[in-house]
Amino acid sequence: MAVKPEIRLTASALMFALISAGSCALPGDCRASSNATKKGSAGQSESSPRGQILALSCASCHGTDGKSVSVIPRINGRSVEYIETALKGYKSGDRPSTVMARHAKGYTDEELRLISEYLGTVSTTNK
Amino acid sequence: MSNTLSRRDFSKLFLSGVAGSALGLFGTSKNAFASTKRVVVIGGGFGGATAAKYLRKLDPSIQVTLVEPKAVYYTCPLSNWVLGGLKTMEDIAHTYAVLKSKYQVTIVPDVVTGIDIVKNTVKLKNGKTLGYDRLIVAPGIDFKYDSIEGYSENVANTQMPHAWQAGSQTILLHKQLLDMKDGGKVFICAPANPFRCPPGPYERASLIAAYLKATKPLSKVIIFDAKDKFSKQGLFKKGWDRFYPGMIEWRSVALGGKVIKVDAGAMTITTELGVEKGDVINLIPPQKAGKIAVDAALTDATGWCPINPVSFESTLHPGIHVIGDASIAGAMPKSGFAASSQGKVAAAAIVRLFQGKVPAAPSLVNTCYSLLAADYGVSVAGVYKLAVDGIVEIKGAGGLTPLDADDNQLHQEAMFAQGWYQNISQDIWG
Repeated sequence: MAVKPEIRLTASALMFALISAGSCALPGDCRASSNATKKGSAGQSESSPRGQILALSCASCHGTDGKSVSVIPRINGRSVEYIETALKGYKSGDRPSTVMARHAKGYTDEELRLISEYLGTVSTTNK
Repeated sequence: MSNTLSRRDFSKLFLSGVAGSALGLFGTSKNAFASTKRVVVIGGGFGGATAAKYLRKLDPSIQVTLVEPKAVYYTCPLSNWVLGGLKTMEDIAHTYAVLKSKYQVTIVPDVVTGIDIVKNTVKLKNGKTLGYDRLIVAPGIDFKYDSIEGYSENVANTQMPHAWQAGSQTILLHKQLLDMKDGGKVFICAPANPFRCPPGPYERASLIAAYLKATKPLSKVIIFDAKDKFSKQGLFKKGWDRFYPGMIEWRSVALGGKVIKVDAGAMTITTELGVEKGDVINLIPPQKAGKIAVDAALTDATGWCPINPVSFESTLHPGIHVIGDASIAGAMPKSGFAASSQGKVAAAAIVRLFQGKVPAAPSLVNTCYSLLAADYGVSVAGVYKLAVDGIVEIKGAGGLTPLDADDNQLHQEAMFAQGWYQNISQDIWG
């Protein structure tokens, strides 16, 4: 398979770029992605792939688009501000939890904001 | 040329979300600019069914075909609850009806017998072929039956079930427990790492003990372990001392925990320290990636599938993504939750790749709840990111239920365990 070495090389180069961008390692990165999100708030999944990929994890416990069908709190329908305050409270420990603190500590404040923007504006209709 | 792009160029590509010049990065150019967008998903478990649903949800212009032979899928998560009498098989059964009706996923109830990586087709048992532009392989696990002398698929299906794939195996083990006399010995034989559901054998021991305590209190559960430590060990041992004192015994590999031979007729196992006779023997053998992954040469020498963690695309065959237990996903455990998280990352990546864009940096999560008694639960969580050496756990996040958690928290975790199951089931099959 002649293509193998090329695929491997390029994939690792891309990983390097994604790591630096994803963790906001460069001073301008977070600000730039934040602006991009705000500009395109209507077409969210188009404008903030980072917010989407971060927020998709939440559905595994809170239901698709945050529409919980169980004892676990529903996120869908909550405002961006409510979600962001809650997540940052879990991270700091101000807001008591069983497992949410352990999750929230895995994200930067900027990432928690992107998650909140995604979930706070995701469709509340049944799609 | 893509090899020469600088770090700054890549950052720009990522941040702008426009990456036309980086198209050669994933798969073949034919895949990147395919005029059709057909994805075939092999396997309808936590990974495959999630990927199928989210591909359709994120981009309805993608045609998705899910190949899964089972009309009803029974989940391994909560199957221990069935063994403990807390749930029924019906409670852990799921179908593909909603994926078909609501998300327009084409369901093909068949088995894939081969993958043609040149023609981009999969061959079905019924003789037909399906073409794909990208393929997702989510076959779960298969068992290394020949790693234990005297063990075989036939022995598993008759005397010594593994019950590590839910369904008829769960029913068989449950029946054996129901039929066992008071004072009997239940053996749970756990394999070395890596294997599906690291806390699973110990939750199983707990819930079988709960059933025995209520109905056959003279009985015992003995865990023969090919390891010297196990997931959530401190939490399990604390709970066992409290709820099942003297009922559950754990034998580490150093204390004769590794099973090297079985005799199904005599109902005995042989360890390095001798022969033991059990009344119910639940033998969970060492594992490898599901058969189709092995047949399609997607596995390496470890028996599992190496992947590019950005997209879960195989590093051995471009255009084929491997998710779930079959994949080598760095620090992530082999769990249903992890498989579903990977299914979303792969789906989102494929959507972007069809659009000619670079995938977003992956964000992966795992949470595993274990029940020790009906209202006593514990959890382990992990948040994962991409690092230079692959998928790593983010330090300072995740971890276990605190060892000093009070009863209120443990009760809440038991409720959330059930709540998690309802929501993830709905997120995947509902």
